Amino acid sequence: MGIIVNHVNYIYNEGTALESVAVRDVSFAVNEGEFIGVIGHTGCGKSTLMQLINGILKPSSGGIYYNGQDVYDDDFDLKTLRSKVGLVFQYPEHQLFEVDVFSDVCFGPNNLGLPKSEVQLRAYDALKAVKLPEDCFYSSPFDLSGGEKRRVAIAGVLAMKPEILILDEPTAGLDPAGRLEILELIKELQKKSGISIILVSHSMEDVAEYADRIIVIDKGSIVFDDTPENVFTKYDELDALGLSVPSPTRVLYKLRDKGIPAKVKAITTDEAVEEIMRLYADKYGRLN
Amino acid sequence: MIREITLGQYYPADSIIHKLDPRVKLMGTIFFIISLFLFKNFVGYIVVTIFLISVIKLSKVPFSFMVKGMKAIVFLLMLTVVMNMFMTVGEPLVTLGKLTITKEGLRSAIFMGLRLMYLVIGSSVMTLTTTPNNLTDGMEKLMNPLKKIKVPVHEISMMMSIALSFIPTLVEETDKIMKAQTARCADFESKNLIKRVKSYIPVLVPLFISAFRRANDLAMAMEARCYNGGEGRTKMYPLEYKKRDRIAYAIMLIYLILTVLLPRIIPFDLLVGLLFKA
Repeated sequence: MGIIVNHVNYIYNEGTALESVAVRDVSFAVNEGEFIGVIGHTGCGKSTLMQLINGILKPSSGGIYYNGQDVYDDDFDLKTLRSKVGLVFQYPEHQLFEVDVFSDVCFGPNNLGLPKSEVQLRAYDALKAVKLPEDCFYSSPFDLSGGEKRRVAIAGVLAMKPEILILDEPTAGLDPAGRLEILELIKELQKKSGISIILVSHSMEDVAEYADRIIVIDKGSIVFDDTPENVFTKYDELDALGLSVPSPTRVLYKLRDKGIPAKVKAITTDEAVEEIMRLYADKYGRLN
Repeated sequence: MIREITLGQYYPADSIIHKLDPRVKLMGTIFFIISLFLFKNFVGYIVVTIFLISVIKLSKVPFSFMVKGMKAIVFLLMLTVVMNMFMTVGEPLVTLGKLTITKEGLRSAIFMGLRLMYLVIGSSVMTLTTTPNNLTDGMEKLMNPLKKIKVPVHEISMMMSIALSFIPTLVEETDKIMKAQTARCADFESKNLIKRVKSYIPVLVPLFISAFRRANDLAMAMEARCYNGGEGRTKMYPLEYKKRDRIAYAIMLIYLILTVLLPRIIPFDLLVGLLFKA
């Protein structure tokens, strides 16, 4: 199980005056059960890359392999890839169209040609997984709140039982509470059902807390691909790319660079304060 | 996925045609279309072709862009040509079973085909060289006299410019929604026509909703900025005729006279006859 992206390039409007390279020689593998954060500026090619993995765009060159099989082989059905690699677009609530929430979630599994009972079972499970209250199941998706709509849209992709779930800026346009809700939900999905998650974002804060691995993209190429701790050590380079490390983390890194044995795992302010207090206590004794 | 529509798209370039007053281009296009139907023989086509080619050259828009606009009318064009070729009564040239191609039919097929092509190319020269805003400005100004008979000229042109400026947004939106539904394994390429039409429902419903949402937002924004129709409204860049516009009008007039007169002076039908015998 897994996806391998091998030296993939993607060029928009190839051969015309408007030609532009969106993805440049990108290679990486997605392993089972991983939580990957993909981060980069608006327009750096991260959304294009996700569409390549899902088979919506075809690479200009390079290969994409699902379970070792080239997805552009003649005997490979792209539908398989699309159901196994679920892609949730930006503002996914804009794709809702059915008369009620339940039928909308059924759309994906229905397209896979599954029997009706299986479709309904999957839709029910998916809606449960995104924690939508049951009394919303048969109301119109357009009557829901923004956060609820987004969860319905995510359920619509989950209902296809993907092995890898890609979410493109799932928190865009949500208030802080809604943002936290979605992120916690995603983490829970990964832990409970063991699916791999690729979370695309332009904000470090979103990604830092949840991902086991961070891929930083700039101008279509991968700049870093490592654990969050290792990526954050390069905070100067990240700054130059216009991607700021969360400020509490940055303080701890600066302390460590000065030779103070700080543990740099902290991402929230509270965690950083705790760590600094601990360092202080180690050196000068506990504050009262 | 559906970004190949060029009809009615602006091509930015720095040319004399781009700089002309939109009213000149509008009137020019109307005159050009009329001129296409003023003559019946070969000389007229030569005059029109020379005129059209020089305008395209002046506009600095690549010819391939004009041809792209033709894609939309390929079917209509074929139909016209085929109908004319087989349906015209006259001297038979070739017989294919029950169908006969006549000399007159062939001639009118070629001429009608050319006329249609020139018509589309002529109007795309206008849309390719004029921004939608400029175009509606010109239209508003040209239709101004109609205000006297209570035609809501300003409102019509405002609606047109809004509609035009929404086209690219909606095209992009359609593209996005289609991709999102493809990610949910929707199939837009089914061979079955009914299935295929049905497969567009998941695209059309969200598209309509988003169009209404955008229209609502825009109306709100206009309201917030105290828009209340055309009464007393001034323009940031009012349209004014310059020297080049007057010259352009003069050229248009000369061109019109030429298309009417030349075919009458030169008996070119002779040459056409010779051409067909050879």
